[in-house]
Amino acid sequence: MNSSRADAALSPPPGKKLRDYVETALPKIVLGPTLACALVFVYGFVLWTAWLSFTESRLLPRYDLVGFIQYVALFENDRWWIALKNLAIFGSLFIGICLVTGLLLAILLDQRIRAEGFLRAVYLYPMALSFIVTGTAWRWILNPGLGIEHLVRQLGFETFTFDWIVTPGMSIYTVVIAGAWQSSGFVMALFLAGLRGVDDSIIKAAQVDGAGPVRIYTRIIIPSLRPVFFSALIILAHIAIKSFDLVMALTGGGPGFSSDLPATFMYVFAFNRNQIGLGAASAMMMLLTVVAIIVPMMYAETRRQHRG
Amino acid sequence: MSSLTIRNIRKVFGAVEVLKDIALRIDAGEFLILVGPSGCGKSTLLNILAGLDTATSGEILIGDKVVNNLSPKDRDIAMVFQSYALYPNMTVRQNISFGLEMRRVPKQEQGEIVDRVAKILQMAHLLDRKPAQLSGGQRQRVAMGRAIARDPQLFLFDEPLSNLDAKLRVEMRTEIKLLHDRLKATIVYVTHDQIEAMTLGSKIAVMQGGEIRQFGSPQEIYDRPADLFVAGFIGSPSMNFIKAQAVEDAGGVGLQLQTADGPFVLPLREAGEALRPRMGKTLILGVRPEQISDSGTVLRTARYAYARKFRIELVEPTGPDTLLFVRINGETVCCRVRPEQACAAGESMELAFDLSKAVFFDPDSGKRIG
Repeated sequence: MNSSRADAALSPPPGKKLRDYVETALPKIVLGPTLACALVFVYGFVLWTAWLSFTESRLLPRYDLVGFIQYVALFENDRWWIALKNLAIFGSLFIGICLVTGLLLAILLDQRIRAEGFLRAVYLYPMALSFIVTGTAWRWILNPGLGIEHLVRQLGFETFTFDWIVTPGMSIYTVVIAGAWQSSGFVMALFLAGLRGVDDSIIKAAQVDGAGPVRIYTRIIIPSLRPVFFSALIILAHIAIKSFDLVMALTGGGPGFSSDLPATFMYVFAFNRNQIGLGAASAMMMLLTVVAIIVPMMYAETRRQHRG
Repeated sequence: MSSLTIRNIRKVFGAVEVLKDIALRIDAGEFLILVGPSGCGKSTLLNILAGLDTATSGEILIGDKVVNNLSPKDRDIAMVFQSYALYPNMTVRQNISFGLEMRRVPKQEQGEIVDRVAKILQMAHLLDRKPAQLSGGQRQRVAMGRAIARDPQLFLFDEPLSNLDAKLRVEMRTEIKLLHDRLKATIVYVTHDQIEAMTLGSKIAVMQGGEIRQFGSPQEIYDRPADLFVAGFIGSPSMNFIKAQAVEDAGGVGLQLQTADGPFVLPLREAGEALRPRMGKTLILGVRPEQISDSGTVLRTARYAYARKFRIELVEPTGPDTLLFVRINGETVCCRVRPEQACAAGESMELAFDLSKAVFFDPDSGKRIG
């Protein structure tokens, strides 16, 4: 900064001064608006929500602090506990299935097969849909009177039943199915990129060392994909915790509130039931969950990288 | 340790013939170098030996066993790669013992072998590190350790020194040579570096365009190159080629040469006997830079030589020797003299041709005459 100002003082041509200024300030000018937006709309509203979660706000925000009343109410609420239980089921199954199928698809696609580009696009396409579309499509597919159950019964299997979507204990698993269908292809693309980065001669060396294809994958290639696992895990974890639109479109949280997730819980309480305070408290709990999962992982991974 | 026999190996990719009828044989404990410019098929041949690639036709025998249809792991070979190919997620110890583990060597024996190998290569202090924490030379050492640990019938080296810097490359070269002397291993070593080929090999196969141009001991290839390609590829600075006409000279054969100072006939005496049927025809004289030197040295050591004054066009000191460039028959000819004998560019000095080791080539076929 100092030197450029000194340069400007030494060379006074009038037009040049403005151009120099713009040149040095350009990065700041470009980044300024997004920075301001992020500060206000992300961090500002996070703080606002945090504040609201310590108030008795119902239909409209109120700003007098009342302590942890809303959090106590939240954890006395059965529906919140169901949402948390569902999140645990959905999160672990969704992440697990996505990682396993994604890795499997990537490994199969990595065998130098024909039409790989076409197949890759086929598996990636679900990612291009919004969760609303996915949810709606799967609502029809899973509808007992309309989708799979109806189809199989028409084929002659009269007693076939597949009615998870309308069964209270099972509806959360339909969310898992639809979510995994949408995101596996993306995880596959991540893994495929990772597999392509593995040095060919490492695989040759392992072959010469006497390892079969299964051993080569389990002992050498998959362990070297550790950073990819890490990125996939972070992306999937935050998709799982924030998951809202998929549940809304697929089950609407139903039957009853059996497939509620924290995000739908937050929406219902903050905007339908006029309990902004309680909704804000649940939103804060979601934020803390994300932070609790991601921060230690980031820390562990960066520390590992520093050690080399 | 086993011998290696390659019988009529061909490799075709589509319409391109990458390897044309390769055949050679080395005995147990020999160090075979496959050398040639990039794209000559040497790495393809090595991959075929390893079983990582298949030959279109032909046979490979390790010992007296045909291994064509065996997978790499059943061929009892070990390979060292240019990029080292260490397993990044394993420590050095695990890298070395992985191959043993795959062959179900008992745990305790594995430990003993790793310790022995670490001692041979002086890397005991590196055993618990990951490859990312090692320098290039150390990685190459681990890659060699991994190969030694397996105690295979045949070692394959695929340009192992190419990724190292110049100084380290010379050190590792010596180390590989020592290792070979110590292990008495049969080694096939691919390189594009003719100095590595000369220093390491007990046999060299010079390859070009999918063919072996010459197969023999380093000295044989250096002294009696089969054709112009081999002659130009091996040796640095490379051999001088002078196109000249064979003429009658005092009852023998001479070569008609021309310099800026005028024409003269280079008498070949005994060296020219084989050229008698080609009297009057044009041929190519091949003479290495060290065979044209200051007349004092050459006349003292050579069996027969020819001395004459030449005008020096350019002088390149290299330290131990100085290279002088003269122009003969329109070609720039490189001569190697002792630094204290060298004159300045533009001056004339007496240079002598050591003709006892001169070779001649047919200008049409490129093959050596005689």
